[in-house]
Amino acid sequence: MQVNEKEFKPLIVAFCCNWCSYAGADLSGTNRLNYPANVKIIRVPCSCRVNPMFVLRAFQRGADGVILCGCHPGDCHYTTGNYYTRRRMTLLFSMLDYLGIERDRTRVEWVSAAEGAKFAATMNDFVATVTRLGENKRLEDLRCKKQ
Amino acid sequence: MQRIGVFVCWCGSNIAATVDVKQVAETLKSEPGVVFAADYQYMCSEAGQNLIKDAIRDHKLTGVVICSCSPRMHEATFRKTAAAAGLNPYMVEIANIREQCSWIHKDKAVATEKAIILGRAAIAKVHLNAPLTPGESPVTKRALVIGGGIAGIQTALDIAEAGFPVDIVEKQPTIGGKMAQLDKTFPTLDCAACILTPKMVDAAQHENIHIYAYSEVEEVKGFVGNFSVTIRKKARMVDPVKCTGCGLCTEKCPMKKVPNEFNLGMNNRSAIYIPFAQAVPKVATIDPAYCIKMKTGKCGLCSTVCEAGAIDYTQQDELVEEQYGAIVVATGYNPIKLDQFDEFAYAQSPDVITSLEFERLTNAAGPTAGTLLRPSDGKHPHTIVFVQCVGSRCDGGKGKSYCSKICCMYTAKHAMLTREKYPDTDVYVFYIDVRTPGKNFDEFYRRAVEEYGVHYIKGMVGKVAPQADGTLLVQGSDLIENRQLRLNADLVVLAAAIEPDASARPLATKLTASMDTNDFFTEAHPKLRPVESPTAGIFLSGACQGPKDIPETVSQASAAAAKVIGLLVKDKLKGNPCVAHSNEMMCNGCSSCEKVCPYGAITYVDKEFRMPDRTTAIRRVASVNPAVCQGCGACTVACPSGAMDLNGFSNSQIMAEVDAICK
Repeated sequence: MQVNEKEFKPLIVAFCCNWCSYAGADLSGTNRLNYPANVKIIRVPCSCRVNPMFVLRAFQRGADGVILCGCHPGDCHYTTGNYYTRRRMTLLFSMLDYLGIERDRTRVEWVSAAEGAKFAATMNDFVATVTRLGENKRLEDLRCKKQ
Repeated sequence: MQRIGVFVCWCGSNIAATVDVKQVAETLKSEPGVVFAADYQYMCSEAGQNLIKDAIRDHKLTGVVICSCSPRMHEATFRKTAAAAGLNPYMVEIANIREQCSWIHKDKAVATEKAIILGRAAIAKVHLNAPLTPGESPVTKRALVIGGGIAGIQTALDIAEAGFPVDIVEKQPTIGGKMAQLDKTFPTLDCAACILTPKMVDAAQHENIHIYAYSEVEEVKGFVGNFSVTIRKKARMVDPVKCTGCGLCTEKCPMKKVPNEFNLGMNNRSAIYIPFAQAVPKVATIDPAYCIKMKTGKCGLCSTVCEAGAIDYTQQDELVEEQYGAIVVATGYNPIKLDQFDEFAYAQSPDVITSLEFERLTNAAGPTAGTLLRPSDGKHPHTIVFVQCVGSRCDGGKGKSYCSKICCMYTAKHAMLTREKYPDTDVYVFYIDVRTPGKNFDEFYRRAVEEYGVHYIKGMVGKVAPQADGTLLVQGSDLIENRQLRLNADLVVLAAAIEPDASARPLATKLTASMDTNDFFTEAHPKLRPVESPTAGIFLSGACQGPKDIPETVSQASAAAAKVIGLLVKDKLKGNPCVAHSNEMMCNGCSSCEKVCPYGAITYVDKEFRMPDRTTAIRRVASVNPAVCQGCGACTVACPSGAMDLNGFSNSQIMAEVDAICK
């Protein structure tokens, strides 16, 4: 059996809403709370801006995990945006489940602007979970894979 | 093809210590479309901004990527820089390589690699940016203050003095808030009523202030400069215009056994009542839960005695809609409920009271007319134990993790006043730490110890047990002497932690203003924008934002007023151009977007289209009102045909970022 000497570092795409979670991510930076560098954040105005297509695109292009972060239910800057996110992603995730994509590769979390520590803890936990699952092979489009 | 300039900031050593900024600039320079790349110590400095401006002009840049701190920090700065050099400000994108890269990673190679990827994502996005122009919207020159305590009153007075009309909405029958219940105020020992009530009267008589007492905010619509607020005027069963506040009805009312909330239930009031003598507005209110007429239909005595004919048992809640340009939240605080603190026997013994109750017991207008008497037997207490930090700095779940800030000072005040009025009383204060940062605060505390001989004991009280002889056995520890203490006290006063008023959470939802985990309103920036909520047009005043004493509350109230005035003097506000728009050629008029829009910004119009066969057809298509749209993007995902898109965060832009990150 071959031992993989290079430790697997999953690629994580995190969509963060501008008002709560992106600010929470900034706060975890300000407080110097570490989380792995393989988490890359994309800023969106609201978690409800995230089209399920974006999640699929990330997996297609080789992401190993996708996480959406928004304001806590009831605290959405746009009143109801995160409720739409919750429903849309529940639907998408159950579809991914049906396709045989591990449920743990996707996640929706609520992180407020004051929860820098929660942001870092969430990312550490998510990276650990995806690392255990290993590489995303099922949804990756090999034609997009870097040589 | 865009001509993109990349500017990598060192932020002194904040970024440069963990990210190889030269390498980032070098690598990103070879990205397609990038014609210029530079790094500089402080991009936000004047020299740094000049570097950007010169590059925009010299290299005819059409897009700018700045790798620096969070866009929440300097996006506005760099957009202005670009605009000054003649570039559309919305052609600027920021790669956050400080808060989300250099500050969280220690390994320089890893952080540099991440910074390059974040820079690439921003470049990919800028390729698809389009120039945007913000629309303008008018400003309603009127402010709403929610809460009529000292914070709300001060904010309203300051705004009104600047010449703008202000409405105060107060849920209680009178304004005044917690400060009206206090006896004296630290550190000067001014009488609270003497300094508060003139302000209440000023507010009531000011030509620019209108007070909606006994009213609540029902619904908030709109956005900064253009809020539309529905106010519920609760039925008082008394016509406030006719009522003269003579108080005859309150004397004649036969139902006299209603717990008086102004005195925290320590005495009773009548079913028709005026909360206290200096109430503003001085109008009687009928409590429908106790009024005999309201419950059984019989009685009606108050109506008979009222010479002004102000009583109206048929009065209903009334909803009024008002327009405002700015909203100030001043909902204040409450002491926490002590149900879960069984060890202090608060529920078991009437002689265990909270500090606010103590305040009423020593107030000349209180239940004992200012004489300090035990609630149980009306005798003078000879030993009083004050317990601090009851529920404050308590991580165990039943209390609050934070310091309530005001308790050290008011306990010192209570202890000092007790010793002054009743020198034969022994006063003990149990504390974890005494925190007295404030002008003349520590001097005040030292006077309590040194001049008035108050016994301060460092340590917590473990148990208060009522004894058969009517005293209270207080068991605690003295950490300095390292021994257990047992004291027989006549009265125990608990400095209960303070928490935001219960109305704050539902109000925050109505305002879409964010709160922290303790339900205090979050400020836009903890240091630089402490009186603004992150939601534009919502301002914070007083203890709704965090525990505060009166001087701090008044400072913040005036600061909030200054911010409101700064907003209301403007005639027009620039809107956010990052709004949704619909591609009419793709829209099939299905209404999916209209249903998810929280602002009602989407309407449908019938439009004439030329068909390929040169005939014309009328089709129903979505149309977005850019002045109302706030740019959340809910509609873009709901649209089944992909016709709806969001400026600044378009489908293709986000996809490009995803691709760049996953490359």
